[in-house]
Amino acid sequence: MTRLQSAAALEQLRAGILSSRDPAKPCIAVCAGAACHGLDSARVANAFQTEVGKLGPDAGLEVRVTGCHGYCEKGPNVVIDPEGICYFEVKPEDVPEIIACTLKKEVVERLVYAHPDTGEKAIYIGEVPFYKHQMRLLIGDNTRIDPMRIDDYLAVGGYGALAKALFQMTPDGVLEEVKKANLRGRGGGGFPAGLKWETAKNAPGKDKYVIVNAHEGEPGAFMDRALFTGNPHKVLEGLIIGAYAIGSHRGFIYTRHDAPQLIQHIEQALAQAEEYGLLGENILGSGFDFRVEVHFDVGIFVSGESSALMRSIEGLPPEPRPKYIRTSVAGIWDKPSNLNNVETWANVPQIISRGADWYAGIGTEGSKGTKLVSLSGNVVNSGVVEVPMGTPLRKIVYDIGGGIAGGKAAKAVHFGGPMGGSIPASLIDAPLDFDELAKLGAPIGAGGLLVMDEDTDMVDVARYFLEFLTNESCGKCVPCREGMRQTLKVLTNITKGKGREGDIARLEDLNDVTGAACLCALGRTASDPLKSMLRYFKVEYETQIARGSEGKGGKAAGSAAT
Amino acid sequence: MDIAKIDQIIEKHRGKAGDLIHVLMEIQHENHWLPRDVLHQIAAALDIPFSRVLRIATLYKTFSLTPKGRNEVHVCTGISCHLRGANKLLDAVERATGIKPGETDANRRFSLETGSCLGSCSLGPEIIVNGTHHARMTPAKVEDVLKEYQ
Repeated sequence: MTRLQSAAALEQLRAGILSSRDPAKPCIAVCAGAACHGLDSARVANAFQTEVGKLGPDAGLEVRVTGCHGYCEKGPNVVIDPEGICYFEVKPEDVPEIIACTLKKEVVERLVYAHPDTGEKAIYIGEVPFYKHQMRLLIGDNTRIDPMRIDDYLAVGGYGALAKALFQMTPDGVLEEVKKANLRGRGGGGFPAGLKWETAKNAPGKDKYVIVNAHEGEPGAFMDRALFTGNPHKVLEGLIIGAYAIGSHRGFIYTRHDAPQLIQHIEQALAQAEEYGLLGENILGSGFDFRVEVHFDVGIFVSGESSALMRSIEGLPPEPRPKYIRTSVAGIWDKPSNLNNVETWANVPQIISRGADWYAGIGTEGSKGTKLVSLSGNVVNSGVVEVPMGTPLRKIVYDIGGGIAGGKAAKAVHFGGPMGGSIPASLIDAPLDFDELAKLGAPIGAGGLLVMDEDTDMVDVARYFLEFLTNESCGKCVPCREGMRQTLKVLTNITKGKGREGDIARLEDLNDVTGAACLCALGRTASDPLKSMLRYFKVEYETQIARGSEGKGGKAAGSAAT
Repeated sequence: MDIAKIDQIIEKHRGKAGDLIHVLMEIQHENHWLPRDVLHQIAAALDIPFSRVLRIATLYKTFSLTPKGRNEVHVCTGISCHLRGANKLLDAVERATGIKPGETDANRRFSLETGSCLGSCSLGPEIIVNGTHHARMTPAKVEDVLKEYQ
């Protein structure tokens, strides 16, 4: 492969790939996402490859091992294109029958979705309840892409946005488009990406950096990994476009060391993009140079915080620093460094190719586009969900998630993991919107949605999150290190039935101090889950404390666990 | 311990002080722990003080300065697994192995770790042994799963 030298050469290559493929030929997509992989989908994929291999080169169908399809609960997942037939909980034994039926244009009835109550069947991806209420702009391509093959990404129009940006738009034009689209950061803050880009662009200095934050250390969040592992080029394309807009020639991808599949896909994507001339020197003959390197966290939650992450890239301990000066002005080696998370970058190509007006037409007044949500906890269907901003949470939990597991009632939904908040089930009609949910005390965060059933002990949940953060505090600043320790002590006592009168005031007092005085977001927002609980579930806290002060002893910690 | 492999990793990064985390990570993956003399070797090769190597090696949870057991058992204690009963699962694993998280048994058969979310929440609660997921576990199934790992 010689490096592509122009946008026309890219389109020629794309046309060649498409003409070599028969769109009517059945393609069996086997999910190899984190959950399916855990259910041994590799054996299913091997069985498909062996069986199809036996049929020889004119088999009349092909097998593709892909990233996460989304419906993790019913893995291993198999989707057969072009019709989009979905098979669930597929075992290696099912493979010969699936192949035989596919060749005869028949459907294996016993493996399709059946509604748990009515038994009503759904064959196609657009009919399955889990999928049909979604809008899968970012993750929808996953079933069509083998993440190890750049040609698959080119076949769905990949790198078209990059060519458009490089040859039809100025860097300022790209920046304006992203600002106009009102793309807000998906990593937690919801800060407008365009404004951040502009700050980095206008910051003094020649060397500027762009960074993909793929740390995703938050418990209950797995959507970035699903997207990045399944479609690495989409994120990379967004990053290159951002670098072009900002004027950066060096990019970094920061991810966790314990995701071997993700690392393999990223490295392959970088190598293939370089080989094709989409990365490196003189990209597509445009004169724009850009290189990317990969760095790893080795097991510290706080290294996902932007300034800590940048220290880690420098090879130093990942400790946050005060941000009187933003990292977009002084980040890695004190150079302007623009950091966005995986999902934010992945949104960029479609904004460029389809335009800001199209993008801004999706979502609500203040929150545009779609949002990936990892749905987990006491819900029937765990998985990766993508819906337009503004979708009521009820739709996510009930229509898509299938409601509460075990026929129980919902008690609360929690967003944003250990730095987020819980709202009671009575507020479940609230829309998925950065500002609306923040007002209710359950900011979207990165998009981990946790469903909690009626048996959940809310004191224990707050204690759990705080214990997590206490273990993850870097210890640099006193309010975080000591404040959380004391808060955790009070909460642990309450869960053990040793609560005392005045505990709620003590907790509120500690919350005020850590919320105001901690150095970084980890400490400042550590009290957020507890604040939301005291706002909506205070009675439960009072009851447990009262039990303690009456000396009757309480129920054991973790009684939510069954 | 495969000394040749470790030497090879260190050689690849010789003189590059900024690669410290990469070197430690590669050796940890290869060898499952970081012997002290290897840390000295890294300090010399990367031309950085030993104290800085030790600081990074002790800071990150993944790095181990003591040998691990033949089988690494990981109980996911992420919030979703927690809501689905990870506590009781962990109790059962502790009983079956006789060790607490962070420990290795005297025969070096098992090392036990807890850790938060691995991104496969729909499988929870789960334990992962040597990278293999055992999904939707119950305390009762623990003995059966672990006896496969000697």
